Amino acid sequence: MTQPLLALSGLTKAYPGVVANKDVSFNILPGEVHALLGENGAGKSTLVKTIYGLVKPDSGTMLLNGAPFTPAEPRAARASGVAMVFQHFSLFDAMNVAENIALGMENPPPQREIAAQVRAVSDQYGLPLDPTRIVGELSAGERQRVEIIRCLLQDPKLLIMDEPTSVLTPQEVDILFKTLLKLSAEGTAILYISHKLEEIRALCENATVLRLGEVVGTCDPRTTSARDMAELMVGTALHVPERAARPAGDTILALKGLSAKAPHQFGTALRDITIDVQKGEVLGIGGVAGNGQDELVAALSGEMRTEAGMVNFGGESISHLGPNQRRKIGLLAAPEERMGHAAAPDMSLVENAVLTATTRKEFANKGFLNWRKARTFADDVITAFDVRTPGSNNAARSLSGGNLQKFVIGREIMQDPDVLVVNQPTWGVDASAAAAIRQALLDLAAKGAAVICISQDLDELMEISDRFAALNEGRLSDPRPAQGLSVEEIGLMLGGAHDMEVSHVDA
Amino acid sequence: MLMLEKRPQPSKIWTLAAPLLAVVLTMICGGLLFAALGKAPIETIRTIFFDPLFSEFAWFYRPQLLIKGAPLALIAIGLSFGFRAGIWNIGAEGQYIVGAICGAAVGLAFYPTESFLIFPLMVIAGVLGGTLWALIPGILKVKFDTNEILVSLMLVYVAEQLLASMALGALRNPDGMGFPGSRNLAKYDSASSWISENAGMHWGVVAAMIAVIFAYVTLSRHQFGFNVRLAGQSPRAARFAGVNPKLLVLVCMGISGGLAGAAGLFEVAGPAGQISIDFNVGYGFTAIIVAFLGRLHPIGILLAAGLMALTYIGGEIAQSNLGLPGAAIQLMQGMLLFFLLMVDVLTNYRLRFRQETTV
Repeated sequence: MTQPLLALSGLTKAYPGVVANKDVSFNILPGEVHALLGENGAGKSTLVKTIYGLVKPDSGTMLLNGAPFTPAEPRAARASGVAMVFQHFSLFDAMNVAENIALGMENPPPQREIAAQVRAVSDQYGLPLDPTRIVGELSAGERQRVEIIRCLLQDPKLLIMDEPTSVLTPQEVDILFKTLLKLSAEGTAILYISHKLEEIRALCENATVLRLGEVVGTCDPRTTSARDMAELMVGTALHVPERAARPAGDTILALKGLSAKAPHQFGTALRDITIDVQKGEVLGIGGVAGNGQDELVAALSGEMRTEAGMVNFGGESISHLGPNQRRKIGLLAAPEERMGHAAAPDMSLVENAVLTATTRKEFANKGFLNWRKARTFADDVITAFDVRTPGSNNAARSLSGGNLQKFVIGREIMQDPDVLVVNQPTWGVDASAAAAIRQALLDLAAKGAAVICISQDLDELMEISDRFAALNEGRLSDPRPAQGLSVEEIGLMLGGAHDMEVSHVDA
Repeated sequence: MLMLEKRPQPSKIWTLAAPLLAVVLTMICGGLLFAALGKAPIETIRTIFFDPLFSEFAWFYRPQLLIKGAPLALIAIGLSFGFRAGIWNIGAEGQYIVGAICGAAVGLAFYPTESFLIFPLMVIAGVLGGTLWALIPGILKVKFDTNEILVSLMLVYVAEQLLASMALGALRNPDGMGFPGSRNLAKYDSASSWISENAGMHWGVVAAMIAVIFAYVTLSRHQFGFNVRLAGQSPRAARFAGVNPKLLVLVCMGISGGLAGAAGLFEVAGPAGQISIDFNVGYGFTAIIVAFLGRLHPIGILLAAGLMALTYIGGEIAQSNLGLPGAAIQLMQGMLLFFLLMVDVLTNYRLRFRQETTV
């Protein structure tokens, strides 16, 4: 048997009040693609941070090529050949690709040399990237390539990838996988974190499943069904959202030639968006990040005002109304960014309930807030949406991403909207919570509300949408019935792969 | 190795303990400073912090505490709204001056008529003067995106020139034999802000108490206070919640300017008595320290204003009785803010001692 590249044994890390990792042991073989599966809060992040030197374990050992491996900081991990691509990119929008890559290096060579290296590596792995382009102008897929190439320049032996496909089009995912398989064939081991089980089945040879910090199983994803893996991960049978057939309702929200300038330098302009949204339907809007999603949500929520007649609710123009006036008539929204947009991180959940629910839930009497009423509402949301927190007095930032998302979506749904706009409702949310959120959206539509779900997760959109439209560079495609759409058709609607080519895989 | 680790949520204990620890650290380091200057450290600290309250002459100093503390509290309360919302009005000193000029001008215009209406009119004029002076940087920020820190600060110097011009020109006492300075408003019954001069009570003290209560209720119970806190913490979430950021800038600038103007009026019609070239003594700037020392919380500001007033009065005693240089007192006041900001880190972070990893 070959010696494992990285052997973890008995890793334990406890934080006050929670054990993030408990006696975690598994091996990663040289050149294998190893999946790390688990719900949010299962301890995946802590584990990879331990390997990457960001977290020091309380006990347990790691062996890299048979030698003890205790990286004190990421620099030491990188020096030993461990590289990581984070879920959230750490790039500077205003700098170009080569400058960004130089920033991550210990002793950066001159720009010209970096540019040459970037070209060489990107050519070798089929990840075309112009080193002189400004990062702010790149698509999410291209930004990810910057991060990957940054790692590849270090010639890593182990590449850790944290949910890499959540921002890619299907075509881009294909190309990424080819790159990863090529790397793996050359002997680089890949630790692949994802909750998209089909991907893991297509890519990985081995999977380790974490639940509540412990290894609960290992499997060969190629021979295990996605459903079995999900149930292993969640620990219970997985609930698949159900949808009731519903008749087409009256048009409640109509966008007519909605156009708006980009609100800031790296924003996207909205161009001539026209669509009718009917009561009781779920309209799915797909698209790669940065194609106008944030701007569309802002134009609907009222954060961005538009010209009269562009946004119409129940037959009347509401383009000039502010967020609270729109809430009053029943148009609610949940933006993508939870921390600092949909919720204030340092405020309690009660205060975060006041953030959007004051108008409809009447927390205020002549401007004076009724905190008891707000607390009751926050507690109701916490109960109804199974938000895991010690109590509604806790700060929003103390919640995990998935739990805060459940709170944010629940807060809007429990205000009984007529139209609900959600952007990336299950981004970074574990499988069971995501299923619960989707079910809640479907239930809301079944009660007669219109739901506009903007997402980059195509599986999600196919699962819940009645109609599907794609957002590409600020333009919205004509909506098509979601049933029967193939992945290829959707990919083309999304604008295909953004100037990518397939890796030159040698035979 | 010493590490800072972010707390999941702000520590309640440290929110309260940080200012106290800062005061203790200031006493210790201030003591060392005084020792280095050749003064007995403990005696000096006692003179500054305890003599104004508990010495045999405390009957004289206690009213002084009210007189010095009231304008500080009043201005700091106003500033705390803007500071919480991330709007930095640094020019309260200027608004204080303009409020005093406007209020005094109204009072002097009625001289020597006696009427109970005069003083309320002066208060209104003072508030309006301060508000309008503060709205200049506010409107410039909203319209042209100028930096309110710079504009409000520069307007302090404009206000000082305006003050000198008034003391020498329009508001000069016609019976003053050519000396600069206006008539003494404190000696003009209808215009005096004194309630009881011996007790140090004037309407400014009352106004400061009302402002504290008003601010407390607004921040904790009212939608406006919620919007202010939200805008300071998460500007994007505030817009999502329907807060109009431009309106918020104007309202916060207006509140801070209005209260600073009121403080100026109460001062000129009472403790100072008249518009003079050197009427302003830096309350507007010290109030910034008071606002932060009080953690931008109304009750905290009240206590902090008392503490600052204490160091002012105690500092004066130390200067006259022990020959301590005035700069040393200012240094100690600066230390107080410095230590507060330093200890403040502990509210959101915890200290961890970590062993160096041995390889």
